[in-house]
Amino acid sequence: MSEKTTIIVHSGDLDKIYSALIVANGSLAMGMEASLYFTFWGLLRLKKGGLDQGPLSKMHMLGLGKLMIKNRMKKANVASLDKLIADFRELGGKIIACEMTMEIMGLKRADLNEGIIDDYGAVGTYIQEARDSSITLFI
Amino acid sequence: MAEIKVDVRGQTCPVPLVEMRKALRKAEQGDVIEMIGTHPASKKEIPMAANALSVKIISDEQIGNEWKIRLQK
Repeated sequence: MSEKTTIIVHSGDLDKIYSALIVANGSLAMGMEASLYFTFWGLLRLKKGGLDQGPLSKMHMLGLGKLMIKNRMKKANVASLDKLIADFRELGGKIIACEMTMEIMGLKRADLNEGIIDDYGAVGTYIQEARDSSITLFI
Repeated sequence: MAEIKVDVRGQTCPVPLVEMRKALRKAEQGDVIEMIGTHPASKKEIPMAANALSVKIISDEQIGNEWKIRLQK
């Protein structure tokens, strides 16, 4: 087992993207490696300009809940998803996009934020990342 | 040996930890990193991370609601 965290980011919900990125950044900060495998609704967050476009997983209330939470996050000085992604990459974290999801959703590489994606792959790529990871999560 | 100051006052989880790691990566062997912050959990988690990274903790103090942690790479 190596000191590595691998997370399947299946949800595209704003709150869950935060959870995934905070755990991933914490892992890197504490000296582990980290990989994020974006699939299904999570993959939509890798679309150009899509990072913070997800709904809340609960109490979204047609966007009203999201506005409220975003407001409270701002007051609590919570970092933006853009900063968390930039830090994640600066500390050596790896982002993998699921190619099957791209096919299902009709997304080309040019539709995605290619500058932040390190690799494109399928389940085998995930297993290679996860088989040696001491922490694996599905979010 | 340089002394690097990292001010994370007002920042919350996970920023203090992440900024510590970023500073450590940029620092040279022997450099001192002085972190000042207010996020309560980071006061105990930065030393935890320093131990995990085998980084020396020179001092660790709390003054009012601010803490100051000095690390040496």
